[in-house]
Amino acid sequence: MLAQLLQFVFSGLTVGATYALAALGFTLIYNASHVINFAQGEFIMLGGILTVVFLASGLPLPVAILLALLIPAVAGVVIEKLTIEPAKGAGVESLIIITIGASLVVRGLVQVWFGKGAATFPAFSGSTPIAVAGAALAPQSLWVLGSMAVIVVALWLFFSRTIAGKGILATAVDPLAAQLVGINTQRVLLVSFALAAAIGAAGGILLTPITMTSYDVGIMLGLKGFVAAVVGGLGSGPGAVIGGLLVGVIEALTAGYVSSAYKDAVPFVLIFVILFFMPRGLLGPKTTERV
Amino acid sequence: MRRARIGLLVLAAILLALPLALPNAFYFDVVNRMAINAIVVLGLNLLIGFAGQISLGHAGFFGIGAYASAVLTTHFGWSPLAALVAGAVAAALLALAIAPPIFRLRGHYLAMATLGLGIVISIVIRNEATYTGGPDGMPVPPLAAFGFEIGGEREWYWVLAGLLLFSVWACQNLIDSPFGRALRALHGSEVASQVVGVDVTRYKVTIFALSAFFASIVGSLSAHYVGFVTPNCAEFFHSVELLTMVIVGGMASVFGSVIGAVLLTALPQALATIEGWETVAFGVILIVSMIFLPKGLVPTLAAKIGWGR
Repeated sequence: MLAQLLQFVFSGLTVGATYALAALGFTLIYNASHVINFAQGEFIMLGGILTVVFLASGLPLPVAILLALLIPAVAGVVIEKLTIEPAKGAGVESLIIITIGASLVVRGLVQVWFGKGAATFPAFSGSTPIAVAGAALAPQSLWVLGSMAVIVVALWLFFSRTIAGKGILATAVDPLAAQLVGINTQRVLLVSFALAAAIGAAGGILLTPITMTSYDVGIMLGLKGFVAAVVGGLGSGPGAVIGGLLVGVIEALTAGYVSSAYKDAVPFVLIFVILFFMPRGLLGPKTTERV
Repeated sequence: MRRARIGLLVLAAILLALPLALPNAFYFDVVNRMAINAIVVLGLNLLIGFAGQISLGHAGFFGIGAYASAVLTTHFGWSPLAALVAGAVAAALLALAIAPPIFRLRGHYLAMATLGLGIVISIVIRNEATYTGGPDGMPVPPLAAFGFEIGGEREWYWVLAGLLLFSVWACQNLIDSPFGRALRALHGSEVASQVVGVDVTRYKVTIFALSAFFASIVGSLSAHYVGFVTPNCAEFFHSVELLTMVIVGGMASVFGSVIGAVLLTALPQALATIEGWETVAFGVILIVSMIFLPKGLVPTLAAKIGWGR
C-alpha cells in the first residue's frame, strides 16, 4: 500500500521535475518581458529530439547533450530577435499569438526533418531499478531530480551573486529604471530567452529515456509547464519549482488511483481550481492592477 | 451602416454566381469548407475582436456540436435536428457555467483557462471510446429533416451559403445594436464602459455563450457534411487555425472574418503538394500578420481606401 503510494510519488516527482524546468523557463521570460512564451514546450521537444539525432550520428553522450542544449538556446535567441523584438509594444494577446506562431514553425520544421515517429535513447546509467521501501526507483529519475536541483541552485547563484543576474532581476522589477542605470535591457531579454530555452531543453533531454519523444510532445509538456508556473505563482522562481513538482505528483496519483486515461486532464482542471480560488498562485507576488 | 448593406449584397451576389464558376465537386467541397470556417470565425471574432476576449479553446465547442450530432443520432436514435439543437444548447450552457469565473481573468490567464477547457473537452472525446470511437473517430449519418435529406456537395453549398449570408447579416445587426456598441466600448476600455453603466461581465458572458452556440451548430453541420468526425476537430491546432483566421482577416471586422476563413482554408489545399509544411506555413503567417498587419487584412485595406471600418 505504502510502497504503491511511494511508487506513484516517485514517477510524479520525475515528470514534475520536467514541468518545473519548463515552468522556470516561462518564469524567466515572463519576468524579463511579461511575455508568455507558448513556444517553451518546443524547446523541451528540441532537447530530446536533438540528443536522439546526435547520438545516432555517433557522437558521445556528453557532446550530444551539450549540442542539444546549445542549439535550442540559439533557437530561443533567434525567436526573440525575429518575432518578439519587431512586435515591441504589442498587447498581451498579440504576443501570445506570435509565440504560438513561433512554436508552430519549430514543430513543423522538426516534423518535416525528423518525421512523425517516436524515438528515445538509453538511460544515462542503466535501467536497473533501485529498491526504496518496496518501491522501484529508476536511476534516470535520480538523474532528472538531481539535474533539476543543480539547475535550481545554479540559477539561484546566478541571480543572487552575479551582476548579470541582478541586471535581469532589476529589469523584471522595472525595465525603464533598469535602462536608466545602464542595464542593456535588450540583452537581458536575449539572455532570458537563451536560458529559458536551454533549461527547457535540459528537461527534454532528461525525460526522453523515460517517456520517449516525438515532434509533438512539446505542446503538452509546455502547457503543463505553464500550468505549473501559474500554480506556483507566475513570476516566482521557487513557485515554479514547487508548482512543477506538485502538478507532476497530483497527475501521477490521479493516474494511479483514479484513471490513467484522464491523467492529462489533471493539470487543466487544477488550473481552473487555482485560478478561481488563488488567482496569484501559491507563491505569486501580491500585485494590484492599475487602471 | 449603408456600406455594410452593400457588402452583404456583394457577398450574396458572389454566392449566387459562384456555382456557375465552380467546375466540379472538389471545388464545391473547398468552398463549403470555407463557408463552415467562416461561420465559426464570425462567432469567434465577436468574442475576440469586439469583446476583446481571447479564446484558445474554441474548437472544443465545435467538437461538442460535432460529437453531439454523431453520438446522439448513432447511439441514441435522435433526429439530426434535435441532436444539433441539444449540442448547441449544451455548448452554450457550458460556456455560461464557466464564463463568470473565467472572465474575472485577463490576458495570459484567460488564454490559459480557455485553452484548458478545450483540452479537457478533447481528452473526454478521445477517452470515451465506447461512444465516440476514441482517436479513430466515428461515422455520422447524413442530415435529414422534415422528410428531406441533404446530400452531395452542391445541395450542401446552398445550405451553407444561406447560413453564411444569414450569419453575416446577424453579426452586422448585432454590432449596430446597443448590445454591439456596449461590446465595442468594452474592447475600448473596460473601466470606462463600466463607469458609463455597461454591465461588463454580463456582456462578456453573453457573447461567450453566443459564440459557443455558433461554433457548436457549425460543428454539427460540418460533422453531417463530412460524414465522419475525429477528435482532431476539437483539438488545440483547430483552435489555433480558427484564431489565425480571425487575426489574418482582421479583428472586429465582419468581412475580415469571411476573408480570413477563405484564405486560410484555401492555404492547406495549395500546400497539399508539399506535405508537412502546412504547420510551418500557419506559424509564419501568424507571426508575419501579427507583426506587419496587426489590424488584419480587411481593416488595413479599408483604411488605405479610406473607408474607415
